[in-house]
Amino acid sequence: MPDLPEKLAQTLDALALVPDRGERIQLLIDLADRFEEVPPRIAQRPFSSLNLVPACESQAYVFNEPRPDGSLDFHFAVENPQGVSAKALAVILEEALSGAPPEQVAAVPQDIIYKIFGNELSMGKSMGLLGMVGMVKDLGRKAAERRRR
Amino acid sequence: MSEIKDRGYAHPDALVSTDWVAEHLKDPHVRIVESNEDPLLYPSGHIAGAVEVDWTRDLNHPVRRDYLDREGFEKLMRRLGAGRDTTVVFYGDRNNWWATYAFWVFQLFGHDKAKVMDGGRIKWTKEGRPLTREVPSYPASDYKAPERDDKRIRAYRDQVLRHVDKHGRMIDVRSPAEYTGERLHMDEYPNEGALRGGHIPGAANIPWARAVNPDDGTFKTAEELRGLYEREAGLKAGDDVIVYCRIGERSSHTWFALTHLLGYGQVRNYDGSWTEWGNLVGVPIER
Repeated sequence: MPDLPEKLAQTLDALALVPDRGERIQLLIDLADRFEEVPPRIAQRPFSSLNLVPACESQAYVFNEPRPDGSLDFHFAVENPQGVSAKALAVILEEALSGAPPEQVAAVPQDIIYKIFGNELSMGKSMGLLGMVGMVKDLGRKAAERRRR
Repeated sequence: MSEIKDRGYAHPDALVSTDWVAEHLKDPHVRIVESNEDPLLYPSGHIAGAVEVDWTRDLNHPVRRDYLDREGFEKLMRRLGAGRDTTVVFYGDRNNWWATYAFWVFQLFGHDKAKVMDGGRIKWTKEGRPLTREVPSYPASDYKAPERDDKRIRAYRDQVLRHVDKHGRMIDVRSPAEYTGERLHMDEYPNEGALRGGHIPGAANIPWARAVNPDDGTFKTAEELRGLYEREAGLKAGDDVIVYCRIGERSSHTWFALTHLLGYGQVRNYDGSWTEWGNLVGVPIER
């Protein structure tokens, strides 16, 4: 299995250094505050249902933009104004996986959400966040296949 | 949506409007409590003066699968600066799903000066009302709680088994896919799995969120609720009813609707729910 993308590994290491739940929550809120929606040149409302994360309560959408080397830039939209966790995860995925080798993106373990948010996630919350990672992984897998051809 | 008092509820005082909350922000006899599914929401912005009750940290026993005990509840209420006479008003995300869960746990300790803000966070924010990140601090109270009473509104598995034997009324508030056993659990979700799918024999399926109006999260009228629980699920006022879901939180919402809005006198929440029943050896299951 390929290693974790470098930036993602760094992000997870940094989060692991914040064991206090309150501090970690604040860190994640700060990340969510940096969220920037998918630029209009990539997608505009109404967003395609093909980009909608299944079972995500926050109505998160995932988009990608290929780079010349075959890697991807990731973009997100989160329609639910209460989707703070979805926005925090979107910022992490966008910043840590954009430009990473698609093979590594495809191999990212879905359970990184528990490393990011902790194990005390409700089932509903988990489904949406797992779905976001799953969609990004799938885009990585397709990009890796294109590069192999 | 109509005024709360015009909706025909048995106990309309169990609900308050966003206007009512806005008018009582500085009422020393009122403590506003936010309880969410998403732990990031309260610190990212809440109603001024509201304190947080977190379903994972504040309501459960730290080790066993159980709720906090009398001492734990006293400690919680003292931290919130609430006395026995304080009116606690719950609100939260997901149509007050977690707010009604906290409300239900508070009722195990008989804190009946409790209300739910109709519509929860979604209505408050859709109305453009302000949120703050300032976490309030209140002087600790000397709250004294009675022992937890698990008989009145909580059901254990043996009681559910007896209820099944006598063909008692039950509402399964999970999604239809969970009810039929089509969906068991998520592969990547470690916390709420079950080995068997289906539902407890005799339970009718009314997903919890059908009790609210999707646009603003407010509760449906009593007549609409009777349509769901009586005409569709076959309940009758006076029935002994058990409600359940996966871990007992969604069913708290239905417990609230049946008990406080329709005035049913014997509704118990089976908090063991499907994560217990679907893993128990030898219990009957229907698909």
